[in-house]
Amino acid sequence: MPDTPAIEVTHLVKAYAGITAVNDINFRVARGEILGFLGPNGAGKSTTMRILTGYLPATSGSVHICGIPVASQPDEVKRQIGYMPENNPLPEDMRVSEYLYFRGRLKEITRRKLGPRIDEVLELCDLKRVRHKIIGQLSKGYRQRVGIAEAILAEPPVIIMDEPTIGLDPHQILIVRDLIASLRGRMTVIISSHILPEIEVTCDRVLIINQGRVVAQGTPADLRREVLGKSTYQVELAGDPGTLPPVLAAVEPTLQVTAQGEPDAEGFRRLTLSTERDAELGEPLLRSLSAPPYRLRSLSRAHPTLEDVFLAATRRSWDVKSSDLRKK
Amino acid sequence: MKHFFTLLSHEIRMLLVSASTYIAAMLFLAFMGFVFTSILENYSKVAQEVSPAQTFFQFFWFPVLFMVPMLTMKCLAEERRLGTIETLLTTPVTTTEVVLAKYGAAYFLYLALWCSTGVFFYILSKFSGDTRFLDAGPLIGGYLFIAVSGLLFIALGVFASSLSRNQAVAAILCATMIFGLIFGLSWLAGSSALNREVLQPVRDAVDYAQVITHRDDFTRGIVDTRQLLFYLSGTVLAIIFSILSVEAKLLHS
Repeated sequence: MPDTPAIEVTHLVKAYAGITAVNDINFRVARGEILGFLGPNGAGKSTTMRILTGYLPATSGSVHICGIPVASQPDEVKRQIGYMPENNPLPEDMRVSEYLYFRGRLKEITRRKLGPRIDEVLELCDLKRVRHKIIGQLSKGYRQRVGIAEAILAEPPVIIMDEPTIGLDPHQILIVRDLIASLRGRMTVIISSHILPEIEVTCDRVLIINQGRVVAQGTPADLRREVLGKSTYQVELAGDPGTLPPVLAAVEPTLQVTAQGEPDAEGFRRLTLSTERDAELGEPLLRSLSAPPYRLRSLSRAHPTLEDVFLAATRRSWDVKSSDLRKK
Repeated sequence: MKHFFTLLSHEIRMLLVSASTYIAAMLFLAFMGFVFTSILENYSKVAQEVSPAQTFFQFFWFPVLFMVPMLTMKCLAEERRLGTIETLLTTPVTTTEVVLAKYGAAYFLYLALWCSTGVFFYILSKFSGDTRFLDAGPLIGGYLFIAVSGLLFIALGVFASSLSRNQAVAAILCATMIFGLIFGLSWLAGSSALNREVLQPVRDAVDYAQVITHRDDFTRGIVDTRQLLFYLSGTVLAIIFSILSVEAKLLHS
């Protein structure tokens, strides 16, 4: 069944005693896609991932991994996934290669294939130097990579990693990012992270969840447009800002000054302009603002980062929540 | 049961590299050696009615009380404390396989330790040159008792370990359960609280579950299937409860 989505989640609900950790989540992930899972602490990211792996049962809703229902065939699903839990728990008193061998045997790799596969994975994750070391003595970066090596060991079609880059230094993050990118197209990957640029660079699609609900999903570019809904420009301009609105309206009717700074010694002040329109307005702006009585020193289009999107999306759902409370 | 042997060999290996195993083994052998030498001293002073093997197994409860908790306290508690149970159970293994493998490894080690005390008797027969000291009946019966009762004790230890994520709590719980099983029941059998007519069935049940009596029977060479059944059913029950406990903890985690 190559045309079934790798992961399909419909109306997933998970309630612990009195708390609804995951509330009616729906999403699907195509094969070979890399999905980033974003959300503040306690949003339900880890819970959702645990349900996907079959480790936790869902309260209601259904999850299919490669077309196999998790609830009724957990054993079959476990053969399809490589999972690295939050905080990456590892046994303290085993050597790296022993650990990978043991895990490989549990994941039903034959003895003959396992040896070369372990070498390959150690090479991929840059672990060759520590293969005979005891895991308990490894630094955080190495431990994290052992966890990733373990997840990709059996070459499962779906890989689920809960915060794989937590506690790594920038160089190691780069290695992990390349590693995940190298899986693109071959394996479906879900990663959760707090490091937003990480997700932006690595993932094809982002899912933002807050308080158990999906608050936004799409490619990073889609999200910017959907959540922020406007583009902003930064200009440094000398001249009277009071006369600006008609000039701006001539360029684009919805263009407005949203913030303005104090003029510096040379009379330039920093202004923020924003518009609902998505099209590039740089050129007409440049033309109309550089004519007298204005002098223009710089103009740039601000690129909202995923961080802005994330904050806007999670704030939006908080607003909804607090207005709900007021109604009651 | 596909992964049982992978898990079992892993568990045995983990027990063999852990320091607490060697501490348990050393304390055990030191204590048993001490018991054995004092028995021999007594025998060399005064003629005794029973064979040394019978006296030797009378002290089985003491090593059981500290050795079983030390061997089993780690097995499930440590996995849950470190969170490795999550990685373990997201591979195609079942909870039953995991619990049975841990049980199997602890039982294997328990038997291995007791078997090493067999060397005491070998040395005795070798150097005394007298086969009377090596009375086969009580010896075989005694080791059989150890093997059979060990099934239940280790299962109780595994169960205690499944209840807590703290090893110390698991160890204390395990020691308490074994103590209750051996001495609590024998105290209950001797007390007058169960003398009333209505409590007769309870009294029968308590009389049936006397570990010390079982040991005496076994070392006398009597292998009673009712007693075997007592240990086997107790073991199965404790293992089922451990599996349920691990799974219940997942549901409510």
